[in-house]
Amino acid sequence: MPWYVEALRAVVGTIVIFSAVAVVAAMFGVLLERKVSGWIQSRIGPTHVGPRGLLQTLADTIKLLQKEHVVPGNADPAIFASAVVIVPLAALLDYVVVPFGTTRWGPLVFRDLNIGVLYFAATSSLIVVGILMAGWGSNNKYALLGGLRSAAQMVSYEIPIGLVLITVALLAGSLSTVTIVTVQSHLWFIASQPVSFLIFLAAATAEVNRAPFDLVEAESELVAGYFSEYTGMRFALFQLGEYGEMFAMAALAVTLFLGGWHGPVLPSVVWFLIKLYALIFVFMWVRWTFPRFRIDQLLNFSWKFLIPLALLNLVVTAFFVMVVRR
Amino acid sequence: MLLDWAYVAIFAIVGAGMVSLPFAIIALLSPRSSYPHKRETYESGMQPIGQAWAQFNVRYYLFSLVFVVFEVEVIYLYPWAVVARSLGPSAFYSIVIFLVILTLGLVYAWRKGALEWA
Amino acid sequence: MIGEAVAFYVLAAITLASGVVVATSPNLMHSAIALVPTLLGVTGIYILLNAEFVAGIQVLIYAGGITVLILFVIMLTEGGTGLRVRQRNEQVAIAAAVSAAVAALFIALAGRTPWAQGAGTLPSYTPGAIGQNFLGPNLLLFEGTSVVLLVTLVGAILIARKEAGE
Repeated sequence: MPWYVEALRAVVGTIVIFSAVAVVAAMFGVLLERKVSGWIQSRIGPTHVGPRGLLQTLADTIKLLQKEHVVPGNADPAIFASAVVIVPLAALLDYVVVPFGTTRWGPLVFRDLNIGVLYFAATSSLIVVGILMAGWGSNNKYALLGGLRSAAQMVSYEIPIGLVLITVALLAGSLSTVTIVTVQSHLWFIASQPVSFLIFLAAATAEVNRAPFDLVEAESELVAGYFSEYTGMRFALFQLGEYGEMFAMAALAVTLFLGGWHGPVLPSVVWFLIKLYALIFVFMWVRWTFPRFRIDQLLNFSWKFLIPLALLNLVVTAFFVMVVRR
Repeated sequence: MLLDWAYVAIFAIVGAGMVSLPFAIIALLSPRSSYPHKRETYESGMQPIGQAWAQFNVRYYLFSLVFVVFEVEVIYLYPWAVVARSLGPSAFYSIVIFLVILTLGLVYAWRKGALEWA
Repeated sequence: MIGEAVAFYVLAAITLASGVVVATSPNLMHSAIALVPTLLGVTGIYILLNAEFVAGIQVLIYAGGITVLILFVIMLTEGGTGLRVRQRNEQVAIAAAVSAAVAALFIALAGRTPWAQGAGTLPSYTPGAIGQNFLGPNLLLFEGTSVVLLVTLVGAILIARKEAGE
């Protein structure tokens, strides 16, 4: 195809993905969080705005758009401003390799990169730099401390995620997400790799700074952590980054373990969404059920439990793949 | 293959533009008033005491250090994972040696307290 | 072809401009954070050379790991206050002259070298090919790398803990 058609496809695809994530993950996800938390706490969530409260986040977004832009006095303007762009952008870059379904022209993915899961791990690691910039650029003790702790936490949990990705790549024989899904057409990897699935869920929860690993954002601890000084729309963009990353991790879990888009009767995209929202519900359920970990418990959990477990899982899987079932 | 990455580059550029879009809207919509107290940083409602930076503990550095070493180990495992199925049992033992040496590193870090937060 | 050339020039410009900021910025934090576009520019050049796997590793380790490490280190020291370090001393004129001479020398050398135009295709840099290579002919290198990593870890922990007074 001529280059301008390719460029147009890329731009349209980007706009579609960004808008979809912004609406589905950030807006709908926040609303879902409030509703689910309400049900778990024996109350109804927001119900006033729109039918059954569905337009609540839209109203919130409009409100946030007209908030004043307040920059703290000694904040570093360049770093303060660029952190706001880096965090959501890195979270949204994850979606390039997520296969949403399959059509008769091929898999429905923005681009099936050869190094699919490695690309996902790489863009997830860029978020840490954005968080450090946000924490430092605010010129606020709490923000800086929150940023440092958040960075230490995210960095500690990237290794179990990497090891789990390697284990799945081992079984599938490729790093491409589409290949990983296609290989699962008969048996989902959750059946052959339950331990990996649990490790991934735990590590993903910690990676996105969600409860029970949300010490760095807990209001009672550090105000709002690294984004304390960000007002209005900037705050909304950080939330977009966080919820976008959570949805991306859930989407990756669906791709790696729950068979992606495979399912009997309904169209593939619908199955993907059903599985995605099932995992999102589990994430939210866990959030409102467990108490918060302390920072040292959190880090010990990763380094002293998850990593040895993931390594052991990898060796056992490799044994079965390489020695037993050749 | 380069086409794939051209798509990713366009995604990043258009994405950066879309993420910055709200700021244009804010510039049009939001009120603006500035007085000195607004520029103070937040410290639970009181005047901020001291500088925003204090001597942080070396443990942050140790965690990121151990992270980098283990992340390099993980990237060595990626190429192996892709071809593992087609290699023989001898490759399995090679990888086990690799992982054991690095697990020794983890044990060393554990015993020496590099993984302690206290 | 034209697209690749344009991409190369854009990436080279990004890399060099950010590199200049890293090397000459008086603010240590700006210097460290400008490392990110520099490394991403190099990533782009790896992609242009068909080395996708290396590009992915570059982002994962360098932009995601080493930059974080450097930022932590800077925040541990006085640089974290945004203090400005003096960037010029009395020898600026001589330094500029020497740099220009060395640059002219390199450019002349690069222009005169008969760069071999490879016939045929590039070797495959896919993860599969790299894996076959590591676990085949270069196995000892692979195991040696793990020893090097172990030594790095032990050494760094020893030094860091000695500094902390343990």
